[in-house]
Amino acid sequence: MNYYLSEELNDIKELCAEIALKYILPVRAELDEENRFPREIIKVMADSDLCGIYIPEEFGGSAEMFGGGSMALTVATEELSKACGGVAVSYAANALGAMPILISGSEEQKKKYLPDLASGKHLAAFALTESEAGSDAGRVKTKAVKDGDSYVLNGTKQWITNGGEAQIYTVIAQTDPSRGARGLSAFIVEEGTPGFSYGKKEDKMGIRASSTMELIFEDCRIPASNLIAREGHGFLVAMKTLNKSRPGVAAQAVGIAQGALDEAAKYASERVQFGQRIDSFQGIQFMLADMATQVEAARALVYGVSKMIDSDARKYEKESAMAKVFASDVAMKVTTDAVQILGGYGYMKEYPVEKMMRDAKITQIYEGTNQIQRSVIASALIKETAARGK
Amino acid sequence: MRIVVAVKQVPDTAEVRIDEERGTLIREGIPSILNPFDEYALEEAMKWRDELGGTVTVITMGPPQAEAVLREAVSMGADEAVLLSDRAFAGADTWATSHTLAKAVEKMGDVDIVMTGKQAIDGDTAQTGPSIAASLDWPQITFVGFVQELNQDSIVAERYVEGGCEVIRSSLPVVITVLKDANIPRLPSLRGKMKSRKIEIPVWGREDLELPEDEVGLDGSPTRVVSITTPEIISNGEIHHGDSEYLAKLLVDSLLGSEVT
Ligand SMILES: Cc1cc2nc3c(=O)[nH]c(=O)nc-3n(C[C@H](O)[C@H](O)[C@H](O)COP(=O)(O)OP(=O)(O)OC[C@H]3O[C@@H](n4cnc5c(N)ncnc54)[C@H](O)[C@@H]3O)c2cc1C
Ligand SMILES: Cc1cc2nc3c(=O)[nH]c(=O)nc-3n(C[C@H](O)[C@H](O)[C@H](O)COP(=O)(O)OP(=O)(O)OC[C@H]3O[C@@H](n4cnc5c(N)ncnc54)[C@H](O)[C@@H]3O)c2cc1C
Repeated sequence: MNYYLSEELNDIKELCAEIALKYILPVRAELDEENRFPREIIKVMADSDLCGIYIPEEFGGSAEMFGGGSMALTVATEELSKACGGVAVSYAANALGAMPILISGSEEQKKKYLPDLASGKHLAAFALTESEAGSDAGRVKTKAVKDGDSYVLNGTKQWITNGGEAQIYTVIAQTDPSRGARGLSAFIVEEGTPGFSYGKKEDKMGIRASSTMELIFEDCRIPASNLIAREGHGFLVAMKTLNKSRPGVAAQAVGIAQGALDEAAKYASERVQFGQRIDSFQGIQFMLADMATQVEAARALVYGVSKMIDSDARKYEKESAMAKVFASDVAMKVTTDAVQILGGYGYMKEYPVEKMMRDAKITQIYEGTNQIQRSVIASALIKETAARGK
Repeated sequence: MRIVVAVKQVPDTAEVRIDEERGTLIREGIPSILNPFDEYALEEAMKWRDELGGTVTVITMGPPQAEAVLREAVSMGADEAVLLSDRAFAGADTWATSHTLAKAVEKMGDVDIVMTGKQAIDGDTAQTGPSIAASLDWPQITFVGFVQELNQDSIVAERYVEGGCEVIRSSLPVVITVLKDANIPRLPSLRGKMKSRKIEIPVWGREDLELPEDEVGLDGSPTRVVSITTPEIISNGEIHHGDSEYLAKLLVDSLLGSEVT
């Protein structure tokens, strides 16, 4: 479907497609096999000005040129994900890490941190999850205790995307345990701060180019000025961040699905069984037709919510959740079907679709599982219904 | 440092068809691209500009649509672009083309280096660079695989020749032609792409360059392509079948009986 993207958004699409072709496709299997972070590729993206497309001009980015930055990030992430979901999330997670500063940071914090993120000199990560706080993010146990003009952090974050690679971490920690989720606060922690170290790097099913790490805080002292917003606002900052970043996961899902569809359609046009191309069998044709329709529908939803965000909509939590749920379920379905269409070859590592199927799975899990997204959608629906009833 | 990079728009394949009667390339229906070798010249120019400061200007001589490759070069980071275009330039051979390009360099005035790709993938002559140097009466270093040093007064470059490498020092201004070994060309940037859409590209014609009619285009070309033919491939291969013993004997006998020493 032609979305008549602006020339500027098309620039992003073209550039990401070129990066995918020249820099990602040749190494994606290797990155996957070796569990290796694509540092060189991120550098190429930085040199092409892609790291600042969601950051306002006054902080070194170019979001205004693309109408706000959400569509920009969506288009970039989708295009990169067609080639490799792991490389794409390594890129997109920077926006997730920067979002708390962008949404709720002070003018000084923005000036200090955003320009180096916009230029790609620094990478960012967002650290909310802990071993006992996954879906139930309010149960974060990492503590931040105020001591003069510092906070002292203690605790362990797990499964942090871009962990070990990023220089800037936005961390959610407990400043008032008696208040539960309302006692959470958001902080900026720089790499190299004494008391901040990395734990183990995870060995994952998919998106293996992406780094997923433990962050360990042991009497880690940070300036009090690194508090984002106010004490007790951490949960809110985290939720606002995730609402805004979820279309990125959805875009990743659309890209992975499109990549798998393209492979399947091409394969079906070449593979001959029973003396004919397998795409001449209606059984294969209907599968391809459904896959293509689902991908297009998912894309429409993601573009829709990204445009809402760029139009400064006040509330988009429900739509953001819908895009994430739908697109990630589509990605899982479409990649599974792509493997099916490639038959035995689809199951082999020589062909890219088995990796796409592994990569797709995470989109149903992180930044809020699809069960949690459905709860979000349902509770918004119930509220809307109640409001209408009055 | 002011660096001019001369680039060329070429058809997107080495396998263009040839108009047998006119002895020219058939360009219709074939997409045009920036000559791939020129990307290395452009990258080398931008690399040194980034280090030393200054500007990179891209120029090309060609029909109005050749402007596309200049915009592409700007999207990759060139600062300025000039298109040399005039009906009178049509049909130019390498001498007339280089002469016209050299005049444009002269008109710019304060140019320190002219860089070109090793050769264009359509004509394959590798003459334009050297010929620009001759026309400007500047020194030249062709087939540069690595630039060791560059400053306001001189350049030290490695010239890759068959079986070896010559290290050459030259004063500026100078013309160099660049090999693929020199660098890895960068991709366009978003800012570059935006600039490339907006930038005004001046068009200089014969009169702007104060060139007489008999020094440009077909009239200014001392050479003519008389004909282009595909050389006949003379193949004397023989194919034999049989078991290995028989084939080995046949091979040995034929080698012994042949003139091969
Ligand atoms: C590769 C990877 C990268 C990640 N990157 C980051 C990162 O950068 N930053 C970060 O902070 N976190 C990150 N995470 C963590 C991720 O967000 C969590 O894994 C996710 O929120 C789910 O939490 P959990 O794994 O603890 O699952 P749990 O919360 O334990 O859920 C287990 C299952 O129970 C279901 N469930 C839980 N509660 C409910 C409920 N109320 N109703 C119905 N079903 C429910 C879930 O949907 C799920 O199916 C990452 C995770 C992975 C795997
Ligand atoms: C791990 C593994 C182990 C294996 N072990 C063995 C083994 O021990 N011994 C052995 O002999 N084989 C083995 N195989 C081969 C396996 O049985 C074949 O892969 C399977 O029969 C499918 O054949 P194909 O891969 O060539 O797919 P294709 O036949 O090329 O099928 C490709 C796609 O087209 C579809 N398709 C094909 N024809 C039609 C049609 N007429 N109408 C509709 N759809 C159609 C298929 O359903 C599939 O989706 C193994 C395969 C794998 C992956």
